[in-house]
Amino acid sequence: MSSQQSVLFDAPGPRARRAIALGNVVGAVVVLGIAALVLLELERKGQLSWDLWGPVFTANAWENYFIPGLQNTLRAAAFAIVGAVALGLVLGTGRLSHVRAVRWVCGVVVEFFRAVPVLLLMIFFWLLLGFNKVGDDPSFLAVVIALILYNGSVIAELVRSGVGNLPRGQSEAGLAIGLTRGQTLRSIQLPQALIAMLPALVSQLVVVLKDTALGQIIVYNELLRAAQIFGNGNGNNLQTLAVAAVIFIVINWLLTTVAQWLSRFLRGRTSGATAAGPGIGNPTVTAQGGTAPSAGASESVAR
Amino acid sequence: MGDYLSQIGELFAQYDVIGAFWVNIQLTFWAAIFSLVLGTVLALMRISPIASLQWAGTAYVNVLRNTPLTVIMTFMVLGVWTQLQISLSDDFATNFFRFAVVGLTVYHAAFVCEAIRSGVNTVPLGQAEAARAIGLSFLPAARLIILPQAFRGAIAPLGNTLIALLKNSTVAAAASVTTETSSLMRTMIEFNSSYIYAIFFMFAIGYVILVIPIGLLTTSLSTRLAVRR
Repeated sequence: MSSQQSVLFDAPGPRARRAIALGNVVGAVVVLGIAALVLLELERKGQLSWDLWGPVFTANAWENYFIPGLQNTLRAAAFAIVGAVALGLVLGTGRLSHVRAVRWVCGVVVEFFRAVPVLLLMIFFWLLLGFNKVGDDPSFLAVVIALILYNGSVIAELVRSGVGNLPRGQSEAGLAIGLTRGQTLRSIQLPQALIAMLPALVSQLVVVLKDTALGQIIVYNELLRAAQIFGNGNGNNLQTLAVAAVIFIVINWLLTTVAQWLSRFLRGRTSGATAAGPGIGNPTVTAQGGTAPSAGASESVAR
Repeated sequence: MGDYLSQIGELFAQYDVIGAFWVNIQLTFWAAIFSLVLGTVLALMRISPIASLQWAGTAYVNVLRNTPLTVIMTFMVLGVWTQLQISLSDDFATNFFRFAVVGLTVYHAAFVCEAIRSGVNTVPLGQAEAARAIGLSFLPAARLIILPQAFRGAIAPLGNTLIALLKNSTVAAAASVTTETSSLMRTMIEFNSSYIYAIFFMFAIGYVILVIPIGLLTTSLSTRLAVRR
């Protein structure tokens, strides 16, 4: 990061280097000072005592709460991402269809599910399945269905922009050798677009994993809810929630790193743009016609 | 059919649906302002040449954007309010509303930071070199050449973050804000289960009406203001 040349700052001369060194020390003191203040305040309120932290590191906490909770989180995320990719491919190719009605219907479905908050979808499906006594775990089904519908729509947009970002020559070459438009899409454009999409898809997995925590609100027994139940029992919600947060952060950070590595690795293997997703919301289509990449990703986009 | 519609009409007269959307809009408004301020500060830290500030900004973004918002919201109520006994207001409803705004702010500031940083990254190095070549020093170069282009590049990701923030304001339910849309929808369906589809679609359409204009506006702005390269 520090070695990379920034657009705002020139390579520093001797005076600027001294100023930066001074700023570095002042900055470090301020940051460490704030951290120390927070720790002192926590200590003053007795939050750092082993009475509160101890229970979090017992076998009981992990065997009966954190691990089963994490398993449920990963199970819901796994079903959701597989379903979302399938739905995204259907809706995405639907939006690229040359039949106007198909394009229009897929467009309405995608825009609708991209605009509705996932939590509303979850609550709706949870109550609907519960009233109709469908399945023995309506919470799990509601989490998975809501995540499939939302993320499927986001992936449909990724497919569409992935195909749109390919150089025109690709489809022209397909048509020139006598393939139909459908064949060109299936055997030339989609394979390249899918490879280009992979980093954004891994970023979307981070979104899915984070959104499974919404299951807590509809009493799905995922990691957050398990941590909360354990914390309520021991009166140490702050500590257990911190541990749950750390588990989420480590997994998501690993996935983000993989996405950034993939986007560099795949750049030479497709004619599409291989940007990782922003990890939030809908990657909107920008003026350049590509998806809006996150800052970390845009460094790796070939422009 | 007419009977069904009039019953739905009665249902919506009975509950304050518009009021619930207003709560979400207020949550979004305050969180948007605060996260814009915090996110800009973080972005400045990350693009500064000072290593310790860069490190702090990067650490903040990596921690907060990888934490589920629901965890942050639950932490605000169970960790900060119940356990640390920090209160933001004597009034219960106001207290939870403010905690929800704080939770939404700290989460979305990480994404605002990345949006602004990606805007700065759209400016090619040649622009800065040209600015220095014609004799502009740091501040004039930043003010006249780099930041105007950076802001234009940041419009699309910032609009994207705003839409996500509006939709995420429903997660305030996890911070015990009971008057917002997802909580009201749940209550309405639980007491009027025969109208479950009508109730859901009413709330869903409400969000479509709120979200689509923001999306159209940011797309048209970012297209209109795009720097042609």
